[in-house]
Amino acid sequence: MTVCIFALLPFGLIAKSYLSQDSFVSLTSQSLENPVWKTKTLWLDKSIQAELKNILSHPYPKLRLRYKISTNQPIESTIWFLDEIGKERPISFAISIKENQIQLIRVLEFRESRGYEIHMHAFTEQFNQVSVSGAGRLNQSIDGITGATMSVNAMKKIARVALFLHTIALSK
Amino acid sequence: MKNKAIALAVASILSTSTVYAAEPTTQELMDMLTKQQSQIEALQKQLGKTDEKVKETDQKVESSVTAIEESLSTKSASNTTIGGYGELHYNNIEDSESIDFHRFVLFFGHEFTDSIRFFSELEVEHSLAGDGKPGEVELEQAYIEMDLSDDTRMKAGLFLIPVGIMNETHEPPTFYGVERNPVEKNIIPATWWEAGAGFNTQLSDGLSADFAIHSGLSVPTDGSKSFLIRSGRQKVAKANADSLAYTARVKYTAVPGLELAASYQVQSDVTQGALGADANLITAHAVYNSGNFGLRALYAAWDIDGVEAEVIGRDSQEGFYIEPSYKINENFGLFARYNAWDNNAGDSADTEKKQTNIGINYWPHENVVFKLDIENRTGAQDGSGFNLGVGYQF
Repeated sequence: MTVCIFALLPFGLIAKSYLSQDSFVSLTSQSLENPVWKTKTLWLDKSIQAELKNILSHPYPKLRLRYKISTNQPIESTIWFLDEIGKERPISFAISIKENQIQLIRVLEFRESRGYEIHMHAFTEQFNQVSVSGAGRLNQSIDGITGATMSVNAMKKIARVALFLHTIALSK
Repeated sequence: MKNKAIALAVASILSTSTVYAAEPTTQELMDMLTKQQSQIEALQKQLGKTDEKVKETDQKVESSVTAIEESLSTKSASNTTIGGYGELHYNNIEDSESIDFHRFVLFFGHEFTDSIRFFSELEVEHSLAGDGKPGEVELEQAYIEMDLSDDTRMKAGLFLIPVGIMNETHEPPTFYGVERNPVEKNIIPATWWEAGAGFNTQLSDGLSADFAIHSGLSVPTDGSKSFLIRSGRQKVAKANADSLAYTARVKYTAVPGLELAASYQVQSDVTQGALGADANLITAHAVYNSGNFGLRALYAAWDIDGVEAEVIGRDSQEGFYIEPSYKINENFGLFARYNAWDNNAGDSADTEKKQTNIGINYWPHENVVFKLDIENRTGAQDGSGFNLGVGYQF
């Protein structure tokens, strides 16, 4: 099962675009056998919001998240599109998850003044096969970018959010 | 007999009536069908209205949710942003004890358009500013930045000079040690800002270049601080702009955890017309973090022309530091830093100062830090002791 979330941007801020959502879905599909995507909506109830706030250290400004589910796979996998502010401006991320592990993570659009390096393959591939540990942290260490701690932290948090939402979506 | 006849007659009438009711006429059937057709049409109409109402309700819900989410997003990402950092220090070096809210800083930024923005940093140093007070109110950044293309941006105003590790990134949770390292403080000299115009361009993924034309230093030309670089900062406060300076930097960040950078600066006259002493600064640094291990190393050197600087050995001022660190977990990190610098490197005397710091950072939150380090000063300075600090950023 693959899930996609469409997050709205608060403003039409200038962004450096690296990848479209459709391209990311296609990229994820390459590792699956002809997946069929189905769109659903996940309402962020009190308990979900509480966990999102716990991970992000701020409330998530959405009431629901639309997502797609690929229903024809023997092992369910998910894709998420989420935004998070690094220091001042939102960064758009895409994450695909299978068996509670990150399969792919990409920066779709970057708007911060520092830390664009997080979009580079050498950085994003550190997240491959990463999951959350018992303490709710990522189970592998991620080497950061000097001077761009907040962008790096935003990506690490959004990875945890996606892993959490994956679990919720599969339990629905 | 009479009664029986009456009963038969009544039964006969009732029987006739029953037959009559079970077999309606064609007209009656038509009436019934017409009536039923009307009822079906009425029901269909009602169903249609219900469908429309459901769709209408869906649209209303969608609009409401969208409006609420937009409102929530607007609250969380306004065009105007506020941030800041601060740090309180307790220093105990050679029985000289002091406690000081060293820096209280507020950032204000604003997005004018998609490609034009403003950024500023206002700082109160040492808590109390004014005549005879220990502190200062300083405007450390205030510039307009414009995106010229996807890869190139320009800024104009008052900005931090692109040199070294700490000059542009010095929020307390981002570095080890209570006090900033003395090499960047006394040689570069961080924190260093000037007024002018700067360009940043991304040459390729992980390779960027900066170039800036800006106001220059104005070092004292007599007294004990003569030609001391740190004393030359004019802080863009009615600054002498007789002689400008030019700074270029290249930075390589293509490997996660690694930053390599080098800067070169030309000061056309660090005395701003008083003696005519041009100067060059070169800096180079490396930052590498892999897993729990970290390493920072920096070298910086000034070469100042002119007999006046040469006579007192300040024609050459240089220093370096190396700082290995180990992060025990997300909350605790250990470090050691060896610093050596000499603001009189041009003379034959042994004027090099050395300082070693060993300590620990504790982050209860990624943006909050408590620090402790032991300090040992040697070389052309003496003293040992310890420092305690707490810092934050948001």
